[in-house]
Amino acid sequence: MKLRIGLGSCGIAAGGKKVREALLNCLKEKDMNIEITSTGCIGMCFYEPIVDVIDDEGEVYTYVNVTPEKAEEIVEQHIKNGVPVEKYIQSTGKKPFKQLEKQVRVVLQNCGIINPEKIEDYLEKGGYKALEKCLKEMTPDQVIEEIKKSGLRGRGGAGFPTWFKWDAARKAKGNEKYVVCNADEGDPGAFMDRSVLEGDPHGLLEGMIIAGYAIGANHGFIYCRAEYPLAIERLEGAIAQAHEANFLGGNIMGSGFSFDIKIKKGAGAFVCGEETALIASLEGERGMPRLKPPFPAQSGYFGKPTNINNVETYANVPWIIRNGGAAFAAYGTEKSNGTKVFALAGKIKNGGLVEVPMGMPIREVIYEIGGGIKNDRDFKAVQMGGPSGGCIPKSLIDTPVDYESITRTGAIMGSGGMVVMDEATCMVDMARFFLNFTCDESCGKCIYCRIGTKRMLEILERITKGEGRMEDMDELEQLCISIKDGSLCGLGQTAPNPVLTTLKYFKDEYIAHIRDKKCPAKQCKSLITYSILKDKCTGCTACARKCPTEAITGERKQPHSIEQEKCIKCGNCAITCKFGAINVE
Amino acid sequence: MSCTCEKKLETNFCKKEVDLSLMEPVFKKYEGQSASLISILQDTQGIYGYLPLEALKTIADRTGNKKAKIYGIATFYSQFRLNPIGKHIILQCQGTACHVNGSDKISEAICDELGIEPGGTSKDGMFTLENVACLGCCSLAPVMMINGEAYGNLTPNSAREVIRGIYKKEKGGASN
Repeated sequence: MKLRIGLGSCGIAAGGKKVREALLNCLKEKDMNIEITSTGCIGMCFYEPIVDVIDDEGEVYTYVNVTPEKAEEIVEQHIKNGVPVEKYIQSTGKKPFKQLEKQVRVVLQNCGIINPEKIEDYLEKGGYKALEKCLKEMTPDQVIEEIKKSGLRGRGGAGFPTWFKWDAARKAKGNEKYVVCNADEGDPGAFMDRSVLEGDPHGLLEGMIIAGYAIGANHGFIYCRAEYPLAIERLEGAIAQAHEANFLGGNIMGSGFSFDIKIKKGAGAFVCGEETALIASLEGERGMPRLKPPFPAQSGYFGKPTNINNVETYANVPWIIRNGGAAFAAYGTEKSNGTKVFALAGKIKNGGLVEVPMGMPIREVIYEIGGGIKNDRDFKAVQMGGPSGGCIPKSLIDTPVDYESITRTGAIMGSGGMVVMDEATCMVDMARFFLNFTCDESCGKCIYCRIGTKRMLEILERITKGEGRMEDMDELEQLCISIKDGSLCGLGQTAPNPVLTTLKYFKDEYIAHIRDKKCPAKQCKSLITYSILKDKCTGCTACARKCPTEAITGERKQPHSIEQEKCIKCGNCAITCKFGAINVE
Repeated sequence: MSCTCEKKLETNFCKKEVDLSLMEPVFKKYEGQSASLISILQDTQGIYGYLPLEALKTIADRTGNKKAKIYGIATFYSQFRLNPIGKHIILQCQGTACHVNGSDKISEAICDELGIEPGGTSKDGMFTLENVACLGCCSLAPVMMINGEAYGNLTPNSAREVIRGIYKKEKGGASN
């Protein structure tokens, strides 16, 4: 018998380490010698901490939302007495998670299954077989041809054909070339790359080494966010193991091809997701984009030909080589091949990571895999592509997720963040939120981006405060056009998208804020007031005790009231009241 | 020769004296390596918890760069701090998922509890509140992280209670 526990960042945040400790203590008490391995994120964050019990026949029993107390029960009943604790089991080998039924796992094939700290686990799943095949049976041109057949497009956001980039770097003159992995996952609300780095680091390394072989590079860099300490730790471990096994280093597997990979920690700048800015940062400079061409494939790191892809793109490569480009292209739509990983978050029941074939309608992703909206409220919109993307409204919920269809809505595929919003999300506030982000993260090189986003933010702040003017909407649109035209890099060119899409699909909300001084979602503080409904208030005093400013007064068992001058609109009373007596208008 | 702008800029920094010899191993580690300025700054911050003015000047000297360039890099990236931090850092997630689940209200509650603004340090030097882009724990939103431990599904009051709990522990530790 064997135990396996999910210890990705989400598993740890949900208390996975405490559960592991409880399991260890319990086993020790009972004098039982059972191996506990750890694994990465299986993508079902809402079920963490997750513990798998694998019996001697290899049957897997998955326990979810495990607490230290439940862990004790599991050890006592299942491990010791051999009786599975049915009430905590969510899936077994015979009855897998229903959330997984509609998913196709290429990039995430090993996440949450293997122990990411052991190369043996990766090898057992066919790891580094693709590299071996490339080195022993394929020429670099054949590798690029296979990637071309697969139709793989960059998973970082822009969706540029991967083979084209590789081919350009291969054909570029120069004998010193570089392979760079963009692991600076900066979109707030996106965590796909983190899960791959933490859950299957060797998958990324293998993809990068193959890219190196294909374009003729001998050095690789992984540019990873410093906010992902666990990912960096696992990558460092994986690189050391790969060196030891001669998948990295000199004369790999006797092929004569040499490759090494170094990790560079990013220092927190969203703009470094742009490839020329990333290169500047790799060189130790401020991460500011420059004009293209020349493209990095011609002149990148210190002027040398450089190929940059993101984590998910490289992680697809070993699967494509093992199974053939045609097998990959069989998934998805005509122009968007393969699968895509999405990070489902926001007002969704089953938040986490999902990997689906391209072209699946958004509705299926949200309702059939994500379980629908929290508290069964009404779906309002889904935000895709982070600060560069846009909000897709309810009327377009049947849009298939592929590059072209998403772009037509005004949003972008982006790196795969899907933040779900319900009726209690204010779309004007959402636009303000993203503008605040891009305004902060603008590197300052282009005036339209630097100052234009600031002006837009000021207007949006004004509107959410109830001081908006009707002409503000036109002015916003004008600024959007100017910023798109006047910015050098993707950050500025896409920064207006959240505003453009909300103006397009939710204009009535802007008008409600400006003309009626009302926030329909009841989120914008300046436009709402809290009051107590006398007929519903029982005088239990619960709200008064939770009010941080003592704005709520009243006798016990008598209806209370709120002093508006003292109220800071924190909403504590509304959360606390069990009788629905707090009215928000 | 330094102009008045430089003097004025220097008032932004903390005046505390630091032991610059601690940086020697860092210079040794990156000796002869180009493109290592960011790594040097990261390691320096790892030593002092922030980037002291004298340390930045030393880095400029030792790497043969202008002070302006070092200052430029140190202020470009959000990871770098020019002033010391509190004993505990509260990383408050500002990701989209946290935002739609009410992170603003959490932030206000923490600021109110500690009497600070985001980015500030409480008067007693116990807590620094930092906003971070996304902690990647979106399914537990809203989230904050203190000393590497994530606290999820927060409400304004539960966030206050977490802070009070840490104060209580500290006091308990002090009287023992």
